[in-house]
Amino acid sequence: MNAQPAVSLDRVTVRYGRHEALRDVSVEFPSGAIGLLGPNGAGKSTLIKALLGLLPPASGRMRVLGHDVSESPLAVRARVGYMPESDAHIPGMTAVSFVAYCGELAGLPRASAMQRAHEVLFYVGLGEARYRNIETYSTGMKQRIKLAQALVHDPDLLFLDEPTNGMDPKGRDEMLALVRDIATTKAISLILSSHLLPDVEYACSHVVVLHKGAVATQGPITALKGSAGRVFELRVKGDEARFADALQAEGLECHADGGGLMRVFVPEDRRPQLLFQVAARHGVQVRHLRPSVPSLEDVFARALGEEP
Amino acid sequence: MPIHDQGYRHYTGERTLHGRGWWVIARAGMLDRLRERRFLGLLLFAWSLFVVRAVQLYIGETIARAAFFAPSERTFQLFLDQQRLFVFFITIYAGAGLIASDRQSHALQIYLSKPITRNDYIAGKLLTLAIFLLAVTWLPAMLLLLLQVLFSGSLEFVAGHPRLVPAITLASALQVALAAVLMVTLSSLSRSRRFAAMLYAGLVIFAAAIARLLQASTGSPAWVLLSPESTLLVVNDAMFGDLSDSTVPVAVAMVALTAVLIACIAILERRVRAVDVVA
Repeated sequence: MNAQPAVSLDRVTVRYGRHEALRDVSVEFPSGAIGLLGPNGAGKSTLIKALLGLLPPASGRMRVLGHDVSESPLAVRARVGYMPESDAHIPGMTAVSFVAYCGELAGLPRASAMQRAHEVLFYVGLGEARYRNIETYSTGMKQRIKLAQALVHDPDLLFLDEPTNGMDPKGRDEMLALVRDIATTKAISLILSSHLLPDVEYACSHVVVLHKGAVATQGPITALKGSAGRVFELRVKGDEARFADALQAEGLECHADGGGLMRVFVPEDRRPQLLFQVAARHGVQVRHLRPSVPSLEDVFARALGEEP
Repeated sequence: MPIHDQGYRHYTGERTLHGRGWWVIARAGMLDRLRERRFLGLLLFAWSLFVVRAVQLYIGETIARAAFFAPSERTFQLFLDQQRLFVFFITIYAGAGLIASDRQSHALQIYLSKPITRNDYIAGKLLTLAIFLLAVTWLPAMLLLLLQVLFSGSLEFVAGHPRLVPAITLASALQVALAAVLMVTLSSLSRSRRFAAMLYAGLVIFAAAIARLLQASTGSPAWVLLSPESTLLVVNDAMFGDLSDSTVPVAVAMVALTAVLIACIAILERRVRAVDVVA
């Protein structure tokens, strides 16, 4: 990863009338594949549109690939590719003419744009359908064509807004494989906006979680999830409440759901065997114990203030 | 190796600087229309009056007894007036969907995510229509003038009517600008090209009819300002030195047309956005 962030926001507020879609957001997106997570209405699409210079912020500064967005939006858009969330195409065009047209709009000479259009359409898996009118495409094909037009000018950074929307499972897997390939082997940074946690977890190494227009949490996914195996799930037979108190007394954080299932956090300086020792001391049988692997869902829920 | 690994390479070629997006849009728009046979037919049909006028010029110059066919400034003024019918149909055919179709298919966010400005986009759309309209107004009128010179074998007619070339150019430019700006603006108001076409037809036909009706019933010439097309005629007549039919002062008509154009540009500026903001 480069030291310079691909995108940085400094106290950015974006308003739609009186409604604040982004509230005083300060965040940095490093190079690589970054997931932009949040529930519907969190401000993900607004953030992307603001970064493209399509929505002027009420306050704050944004930089994309070293360019100030409000001072040089065209320079930003020349180096960025954008795949919008909604179905978007230029009517009456075949796929290859549409993608080539987008290449020309992005500053490529006509012949180069046409050549790139063919290459990119093969890359996204539309090679065989490239002479068809886009209006005859299926939803999955329309998602791919949107990716192709975002890639045609070989951007340094891609904004992908819900790229798997409306796709069947196979198409979704292929799209995510493409996204991961773009970020890893093609060395194009990308910001993947989605409310689908598995998509982000599959394709991205880093995540920014937005909630109600503010950054709820951010960082590398592995760091946010914490070390695997430090949280344990237990089922016990015996006095559950007394056992929980005993664990707390030993300095172990413990949550019981009342139905016999407990989640116990064991700090790094303690050993899991302590659980058995405490159980033995209090005459409680441990019927089930397994390390709980924290998921991105846990991170997301925690960031949104919900108990995982 | 999956197929996508074979397809993508980084681009190392030339990239042009920003600022030519308007031309890319205009060229694509024109080529898109020219692929349609019906539109080509309409364009060709719009040149039928040119053929008639060319024959008239030829007869007027070569047959002494047909000297009444000899051209005057009025000939060119009438020609441009008669071309208004074709301007109307071409404007609707080529202009109604210019922005409405983009809005319907959410293409604006594609356009405006590229390194082009909203002004580039609007200029490209206007140019698409304006070039077709100039091709049926200014171009045939100037070609008629050229034919007149060729048939007569001298520049005497042009030299004798020094304001003819500027009058043809200005009258065509104003006619084309008004039609293009009005149509593109109305196209930006809707997601349906049919609705935009109906709005334009209504504005041209009904506004003119209402203006005439009110003029006749009240006797006030000021009602002509209600119709942009009728107002345009006042200005065009003045350009050819024909002030007899002017019902309002030319300056007032010019101010009214300028106001219409400014209002249209303001509407376009508001409507052409990648993000619909409902405040």
